[in-house]
Amino acid sequence: MNHLLEVENLKVSYGGIQALKGINLSIAAGELVTLIGSNGAGKTTTLKVLAGLLHPASGKLQYRDRSLLHVPAHRRVVNGIALVPEGRGIFARLTVEENLLMGAYIRGDKAGIADDLERQYVLFPRLAERRTQLAGTLSGGEQQMVAMARALMSRPELLMLDEPSMGLAPLMVEKIFETIRGISIQGVTILLVEQNARLALETAQRGYVLESGAISLSGTAGELLGSDAVQQAYLGA
Amino acid sequence: MRLHRSSSGRFAFAAVLLVLPFVIDALLGHGWVRIADFALLYIMLALGLNIVVGYAGLLDLGYIAFFAVGAYTYALLGSPQFGLHWPMWVVLPLGALIACGFGVLLGAPTLKLRGDYLAIVTLGFGEIIRIFLNNLNTPVNITNGPQGISAIDPLQIGSFSFGSSYEWLGFRVDDVHLHYYLFLAFTLLVIFVSRRLEDSRIGRAWVAIREDEVAASAMGINTRNIKLLAFAMGATFGGISGGLFAGFQGFVSPESFSLMESVMVLCMVVLGGMGNVGGVVLGGILLVVLPELFRNAAGPVQQALIGRVVLDPESLRMLMFGMALILVMLWRPAGLWPSTQRRREFAAEDSVLQQEQETVYDARK
Repeated sequence: MNHLLEVENLKVSYGGIQALKGINLSIAAGELVTLIGSNGAGKTTTLKVLAGLLHPASGKLQYRDRSLLHVPAHRRVVNGIALVPEGRGIFARLTVEENLLMGAYIRGDKAGIADDLERQYVLFPRLAERRTQLAGTLSGGEQQMVAMARALMSRPELLMLDEPSMGLAPLMVEKIFETIRGISIQGVTILLVEQNARLALETAQRGYVLESGAISLSGTAGELLGSDAVQQAYLGA
Repeated sequence: MRLHRSSSGRFAFAAVLLVLPFVIDALLGHGWVRIADFALLYIMLALGLNIVVGYAGLLDLGYIAFFAVGAYTYALLGSPQFGLHWPMWVVLPLGALIACGFGVLLGAPTLKLRGDYLAIVTLGFGEIIRIFLNNLNTPVNITNGPQGISAIDPLQIGSFSFGSSYEWLGFRVDDVHLHYYLFLAFTLLVIFVSRRLEDSRIGRAWVAIREDEVAASAMGINTRNIKLLAFAMGATFGGISGGLFAGFQGFVSPESFSLMESVMVLCMVVLGGMGNVGGVVLGGILLVVLPELFRNAAGPVQQALIGRVVLDPESLRMLMFGMALILVMLWRPAGLWPSTQRRREFAAEDSVLQQEQETVYDARK
C-alpha cells in the first residue's frame, strides 16, 4: 500500500519522561484515520511532532516518501500538512475573515484564495454570518469551525485535527463531525485525534489506540468498535 | 496616516509642513524650531519601536541602544576622535546597517522569550550598550568614555552643510530650519516604509505572531525569521535616527542613551496608539512638546500664583508628565489614536474574557 504518511518507531521525551515510546502508524492518501486514547496517552504529542512543533528523540517520519525530520513547521504547511491545534489556537483578536485569510498565508494566488474563502463559507454557513466578528467572541463550536476553515485555507493534503469535540455541546459535536466527514469525502486525508472514542471510530475508517505512549491496538474502525479491550476501556460497555 | 486622502488635502498638509518651522520661529522663537527637530528624531525612533512592539508584539525596553549605535557610528567616523571625516551618505547608511546587525544580535538569542522575560533581557541589552560606550576608553580609547565625542561633523551633502545658515533671495534660513527639512524627509520615508510594511504579507505575519505564535507557525509562517526581521527593521530606523542626532547635536555621550530614553520612546508608542503610524507620530510630538511646555511654564505660573518658585520646574515637569500618562492610560487605554484593530481589541476584551470563561465552563460539564 502506498502511504502518504508513515511513522516508524517514533520516540519523544520531555526531560526524562518518555511521552512516546516508539510508535508506528501510517495513513494512505484519502483515508480518515483516528488516534484515540485517554488523557496523557501521547495523542497531542504525536500531532505536534507531525506538525513540526516538537522534535522527536528518534524515529522515522516519511511524508510522500521523503523524510520530514528536518523540515521546519512552517515548511510542512507548504508541503500540505495542516494542523488544527488543541484548544483551536484561533487568533482571538482578529475577525473570522482575517483568521481565514491568515490560513492562506503561504499562498499567493489571490483569485484562488477568494474562491476558497467562499468555499469555507459554504461549508460553514455560520461563519459567513459572522465574518466581521472577532473570532474570540464566538462560541466554542464556532471557534472550532474557524480553526478548521482556517486550516483548509492552506489547501492541505493531510489535515490533522486535535480533539475537535473538546468542550463543545453534544449538538455542536455532531455538527463538527458531520463536517469532518464532508471534508474527507472531498478527498482530504484526515488524521483525527479524539477522546470521544465512539464518535471517532464511527467517523473514521481505521483507528489506532494509544496507551501511555505506545500503540496498543490498531485496525479498521469496525474491528476496534467491536473489540472487548476498546469497549471496556473507552466505550464504557 | 489615513487623514489626508484627497490630493488637495495632501497638498495643504504638505504646505503646512513646509512653512511650519518659519511659523514656529516667528511665533515662539528659535528654540522651538530645535524642539521640532527633536520631535522628528523621536518620531523616527518611535516608529522604529512601533514595528517591534506595535506590530510584532515584542516588548523591547532597550530600544535606545540602536539609537546609540547609530549615533556613535556617525560620531566615530565623522569627528576628530579618529581623524575620520567620512561623508554623511556613507556614514548614515552604515550606522543603520550596524544598528540592524545589533538588532539581529539582540533578536537571535531572545527568540524563545516573550512578555516579561523578553522585556528584562532587552532592558539588560540596552544597559550593556550604554555601559560599553561609557567604558570603551581604556585600554584603547574608542568612545572617549563618559566625556563623549564632540566636534562631530555636521550633516553635510557635498559642500552644502545643514549646520550653517544661508541667505536665499534675501531670506535667511538657519541650521535649525535646514535640519527640520532633512529630518522631515527621513521621517516621511520612515512613515512610508512603516505603512507599506503594515499592509504587507510581513505585516500580517507580525500580527499572527503577536496574537499566537504557535498558531502562526501552523499557518506556515517562519516565526524565527519574521521576528528577527522585526528587530532588524526597528533597529535600522533607530540607527538612522541616531546618526542624524549625532550630526545635529555635534556631540554624543553615553548619558543620552539611558533607560529613561527607552522608556520615553516606549511611552510615545503606547500613549499615541500602538500599531498605528498616525498615533505613534502624535505620541512622539506630544511627548517631546509637552515636557518642554511644562519646563517653560512651570516657573512663571508659580511666580504669578504664589509670588515665588516653590517647586523646581524640572521635577515638577516629571510629575506632570507622569500624571498625564496615567490619565491617558485610564481614559484611553488603547492610546490616543489607536489602530482600528487595537480599538476593537479593547472593546472586545471583556467579551473575549467572558467567552473564555464560558468555554472552560462548557469543558468542565
